[in-house]
Amino acid sequence: MRQDHLISAANLSREGIEAVLDRAAAIDADPAAYRQRHAGAVLALCFFEPSTRTKMSFDTAMKRLGGTTVDMGTVESSSVKKGETLADTVRVVEGYADAIVLRHPSEGAAKMASEFVDVPLVNAGDGAGQHPSQTLLDLYTIRERSGLDDLSIGIMGDLKYGRTVHSLAHALTNFDVRQHFISPESLRLPRNVRFDLHEAGAQVREHTDLDEVLPELDVLYVTRIQRERFPDENEYRAVAGQYRIDEETLETARDDLSVMHPLPRVDEIAPEVDETEYATYFEQAHNGIPVRMALLDELLTRFKEGGR
Amino acid sequence: MSDHELRVSKIRNGTVIDHVTAGQALNVLAILGIDGSEGEGVSIGMNVPSDRLGRKDVVKVEDRELSQSEVEVLSLIAPEASINIIRDYDVVEKSRVDRPETVAGLLSCPNRNCITNDDEPIASKFTVVADGVRCTYCGEIVRDDIAAHLDVQG
Ligand SMILES: [Zn+2]
Repeated sequence: MRQDHLISAANLSREGIEAVLDRAAAIDADPAAYRQRHAGAVLALCFFEPSTRTKMSFDTAMKRLGGTTVDMGTVESSSVKKGETLADTVRVVEGYADAIVLRHPSEGAAKMASEFVDVPLVNAGDGAGQHPSQTLLDLYTIRERSGLDDLSIGIMGDLKYGRTVHSLAHALTNFDVRQHFISPESLRLPRNVRFDLHEAGAQVREHTDLDEVLPELDVLYVTRIQRERFPDENEYRAVAGQYRIDEETLETARDDLSVMHPLPRVDEIAPEVDETEYATYFEQAHNGIPVRMALLDELLTRFKEGGR
Repeated sequence: MSDHELRVSKIRNGTVIDHVTAGQALNVLAILGIDGSEGEGVSIGMNVPSDRLGRKDVVKVEDRELSQSEVEVLSLIAPEASINIIRDYDVVEKSRVDRPETVAGLLSCPNRNCITNDDEPIASKFTVVADGVRCTYCGEIVRDDIAAHLDVQG
C-alpha cells in the first residue's frame, strides 16, 4: 500500500499514529497557525452512503486548513452511481482534487479505489470494514484523558458490523491495552478481525455481560446495535436493553471511567449520562476536526513533497 | 501403487496428479475445467491407500499439461500433490506443488458485500495464510471450502 493513502487501521504503526496525534495536539493548541497551510488545495468528498457528520467533519477540517472541497452530492442526485464503476468515478475525481475522501457501502472499496488514483485517498468507511479516521480521533480522545498505555478498554455493542470497532481494535494492538469485547453472541467480532488480533498478540477477552468487566475499565466504547440486524423485533428488544448505559448501570464503574461513542447514538446511552463526568462522546466528536486537519495536513504535505 | 493398477490406467501423454488430498479429486477436475465434454481421457482414483497420506486421490488426464495458475489453485486444496508429466508412457518431469503467496482472479470472495463482487474492473486477489486464503480487499478468510469458491470453470 502506498503510504499516502489511509485505508485501514491495520496499516497504522504506533509511530504513524503518534505523529498524527501530536500534530492534532499542535493544531488544537494554535489553530490560527494552520489557517493558510493548504490554501488552494481541493479535497473531494465522495460519499456513496449518507454520513452527514463525517462529511461535515472532513469539509470543515479542509476549510480550516485554507483549502476548499468539492462534493459529489448524494448518490440519488448524482449521475456517478448510474452504472459507472467506482474505479471510473475516482479516476475522474482525481482530476479535480488534491485528495479524496471516500465512503462506500462495499467492504474493500477504499482499497480498490486507492489502486486507481495517485492522489491520497482516505477511507471514511467501507461497509462493515474499516473507518480509520474515526479511530484516530478515538485514540486522540483516549490519549488526552489517560494516555494510551496500561489501559483496560471495553468495546461494546455491534462488534460484527461495526467498522469503527474493527478499526479501533486493530489500532489498539499497537499499545499496551487490554481489550474487552462485550456483545450479544450473534454480534461478536468477525473471524478476520479476531485473526488479526491473535496474530498481533493482543490481550483480548470476550464477554456477553458488561457487569463482568465494568469495574476494571478505563474506557467504555459504546456502539449502536441496529434493529435491522435482528430478524425478530422481540429478540432485538431483549438484546438492546441489556447493552444500554444509564446512571444505574454505571454504579460499579470506576470514577474516572470514560464513556465514548462514535455517534450518532439512539438510545444506547441514556441522556442522564451526558451530565456526568463519564461522558466523553461530545468531546470525542469535537476532536474530529483537529485530528482530521492533522491527517489531511500530513497526507497533503507528504504527497506534495513526494512530487507528482 | 500396484503394477496391476498402473497398467489399467496408464496414459500415453498427459499429466498424473498424485497425492491429492482424499476426497478432492472432483474439485481438481473442476479447477482444470474438465467435465469430459471435450473428449479428453480422464481417470481418477479415490481413496487409494497411500503410505504418505493414509488415503489419497489420483487424477490422470490425457493430452493435457497444467498452467501455472492451475497449479497454484491446486496447491490450495491439495497441498501434498505431486505432478507428473507423462510423455510416451514415461514420467519426464515430476514436481511438487508450491503454495503461492497470492492468487489472483481464481477464487471469488465469499463475502457478498466485498467490492470484488461488485461490477468493478478488478480481479479478486487472495493472500495465502497459514491454513487458508484471505481476500486482499475485504479481509475475509476462507479456510475449509476453498474449492467452493473457485472461479476458473470455463
Ligand atoms: Zn473480499
